[in-house]
Amino acid sequence: MLTHLLPEFKIIRDDERCIRCEVCVRQCGFDVHSYDAEEDMLYADENKCVGCQRCAVMCPTNALTIKPHDYEYRPNANWSKEHIRDLNKQAETGGVILTGSGNDKPYRIYWDHLVLNASQVTNPSIDPLREPMELRTYLGRKPDKVEFDNNQVKVDMPAQVMIETPIIFSALSYGAISYQAWKALLEAADEGGTLCNTGEGGWPHELRPGKTRVIAQCASGRFGVDLDYLNSASIVEIKIGQGAKPGIGGHLPGEKVSADVSRTRMIPEGTDAISPAPQHDIYSIEDLSMLIYALKEATHYEKPISVKISAVHNAPAIASGMVRAGADIIALDGLRGGTGAAPKIIRDNVGIPIELALAAVDQRLRNEGIRNQASILVAGGFRNSGDITKAIALGADAVYVGTAALVAMGCTLCQKCYTGICNWGICTQDPYLSKRLNPEIAKRRLVNLIRGWSLEIKEMLGGMGINALESLRGNRLHLRAIGLDQWELDVLGVRGAGD
Amino acid sequence: MENLSRKQNPYNDGKVIDSCGLFGMMSLKGNTFSGEDAMTAIANMNIRGNGLGGGLAAYGIYPDRPDQYALHIMYENGRGREETEAFLKESFEIVFNEEVPHRDSATGVVNPPLVWRYFVNTLGSIKEEDQDDYVVEKVMFINTKIHDTFVFSSGKNMGVFKGVGFPENIGHYFCLEDYQGYLWTAHARFPTNTQAWWGGAHPFSILDWTVVHNGEISSYGTNKNFLEMYGYFCTMFTDTEVMAYAVDLLIRQHHLPIELMAKVLAAPLWSEIDRMPEDEKEVYTALRQVYAGLLLNGPFTVIIAHQGEMIGLGDRIRLRPLVAGLHKDMLYLSSEEAPMRLVCRDLEYSWIPKGGEPIIGRLETNEVIYQDKPVVVGMDKNANTSSA
Repeated sequence: MLTHLLPEFKIIRDDERCIRCEVCVRQCGFDVHSYDAEEDMLYADENKCVGCQRCAVMCPTNALTIKPHDYEYRPNANWSKEHIRDLNKQAETGGVILTGSGNDKPYRIYWDHLVLNASQVTNPSIDPLREPMELRTYLGRKPDKVEFDNNQVKVDMPAQVMIETPIIFSALSYGAISYQAWKALLEAADEGGTLCNTGEGGWPHELRPGKTRVIAQCASGRFGVDLDYLNSASIVEIKIGQGAKPGIGGHLPGEKVSADVSRTRMIPEGTDAISPAPQHDIYSIEDLSMLIYALKEATHYEKPISVKISAVHNAPAIASGMVRAGADIIALDGLRGGTGAAPKIIRDNVGIPIELALAAVDQRLRNEGIRNQASILVAGGFRNSGDITKAIALGADAVYVGTAALVAMGCTLCQKCYTGICNWGICTQDPYLSKRLNPEIAKRRLVNLIRGWSLEIKEMLGGMGINALESLRGNRLHLRAIGLDQWELDVLGVRGAGD
Repeated sequence: MENLSRKQNPYNDGKVIDSCGLFGMMSLKGNTFSGEDAMTAIANMNIRGNGLGGGLAAYGIYPDRPDQYALHIMYENGRGREETEAFLKESFEIVFNEEVPHRDSATGVVNPPLVWRYFVNTLGSIKEEDQDDYVVEKVMFINTKIHDTFVFSSGKNMGVFKGVGFPENIGHYFCLEDYQGYLWTAHARFPTNTQAWWGGAHPFSILDWTVVHNGEISSYGTNKNFLEMYGYFCTMFTDTEVMAYAVDLLIRQHHLPIELMAKVLAAPLWSEIDRMPEDEKEVYTALRQVYAGLLLNGPFTVIIAHQGEMIGLGDRIRLRPLVAGLHKDMLYLSSEEAPMRLVCRDLEYSWIPKGGEPIIGRLETNEVIYQDKPVVVGMDKNANTSSA
């Protein structure tokens, strides 16, 4: 069948600059570039190009420019190029369109409509270069009071996990991402004083000794879950949903289940790893409670249990039920959260923005007087330290970053994670591709990111006259909104700028 | 005051911003003295107020009626008084009541309302341990539901006198030279919202607790959220209110000692906690974990008083001034040093407490407790308490 699809990207090669080194040929896992020795010419098959920019970055003479193709159909406000393209793909294959990464549609990004406060005259701003500035955060259930009896404080705290900065690496499973990328995240979390999340792909045994700054996920496929796995981690997280694909399970194709992945996930080599849409032992809130307490028993009540859901319409009521069911941490993953593979129609149309879900959940838990009983983690497209600081002010205890961590390692959001090919060596199990990601360098880039953002958060806190992150948590008086409707202000609990 | 928030916060700001001068003096032996020195001292810090609010709190002033709750209530009109008195008759046994004496000739006070005082017992059916909560509930009702009425104070053997004007003018208006107390605190207010009213002046008080405060805490929203979870609703939009509720929660509801309460409001830095011995580290870590929402961030100095105790506390990086002084049985706390020396020319010792370290004057043991071990003239240099 003749395809009606036009290439998405245009490849412009400056022949005067090209030195025929063939780096582009070797770097492209999609086989876009080829060299004809007889003609001493390089050719490109634009139809295969995903726009990941690997060849352009690696080209020693900057001879390559890759940009969105400028072909145009007759202008049509209803039928975009993307609609026509997707429709054609389905007409040609009869399948569900897959994609990777997070929702790229222009839903309102509330972070861009919120601005932060700063101190002027009536109280001083604080200079983080001169004064202490504290980002330390403890995750876990807090009791209502500290018991004081017979002149002694009776300390009987439920399990708490300390992070030195409110930025945590989000769930990225080994299997979805390469061993190298996974190891870099693990080590960066350790060095950065924060946590990384295993995702649902288990935790390679040789990477366990000496490493505890890990959130071990227990997802619907239960891949890699055993006692040692749970007890090696600091926090155990029950994954109910993912922001990129609410209501949908996961599917790691058999081609990605290598010997190592098979051992780690505890499934036969080469078989598909299928995570069911629901956890089949959780069909209701009381079932969730049973799993929470089963995990608490298995970990001797020494680890907070987190429950992660995708941000959906009834998030506040669901979150309240989760806290009452025993969850010590509520993790919310919003509309723009990433994925290694999801049906595009789900990614682009299901769920709600994390800003609204966070504000509503924090408010509900406070109204019910149970906000102290669980920490709130939020995920879903955090792009910079400003977004994170605003999230803390809306009520988050800490923020999960997945996409940002991938970008720090090299990802350019080409959205082809589901293909098993990743020219940056991140989202692939192909040893030829994955070995190009140096875990040491990737770790350094991740640690730098955490450090840079933490410094920026301190600057913003100091500007607001605050020297401990906990004094910004849920402090929405430090936020003002620009260009939002009244209902949005009401949900966010934020006043308009100038008001 | 029926529409308290509109009165207190006419422009509906996120919070009410003000700044202030503070003064407190206490005889650790319980010797009583008039309000003149406190007025002289606070007058010396006029620059710290702007005439839009001033007031004093005095303890030990009603020795003849020590067991009755003394309600100081202000009325902006007769209707408020009628409604309130009907409510008081239902809720309490009123032993004695009278208008609070004042000078009509006093200058520098703006539109004084009628201020009346009632000495009351709770009804016989109220158990002794429930009496304080009962009084709090009735005071909250008056302050939020009854027209044009506000309760200045509601403790035993103490009272708050406050209004719109400089504090020395308010003191003169209420004839405070005629009262004898063993502990006085004073407050000069510099609000930046221009409409002032008598109830909005400080000290802020509930039962016999009074708070005078200088600062603008940047954690206000977080503190307010936390307190609301415990049933405290902030209607005044001021830091002082938040502080008073925080003290009430920690001391009266959660039974923490004053020293630990201070370590919640002005928590030690994590870097300090990390260096503590294990058992202390555990306690302070737990306090910060559980009461993270009560850390008062940003600049503040506060003088908190209740029967038998006066506590001075500043924020942990000392963004607002606090000076302490000792002379014989007297403990002085002040925003500035000069006013202390004005009323006590031969002050034995004065020092600047560390940020976050409480200075506690205690009648019961006749001592001052402080943790930063200043060298005190004529006293044991190594002691961390001084007996009067």
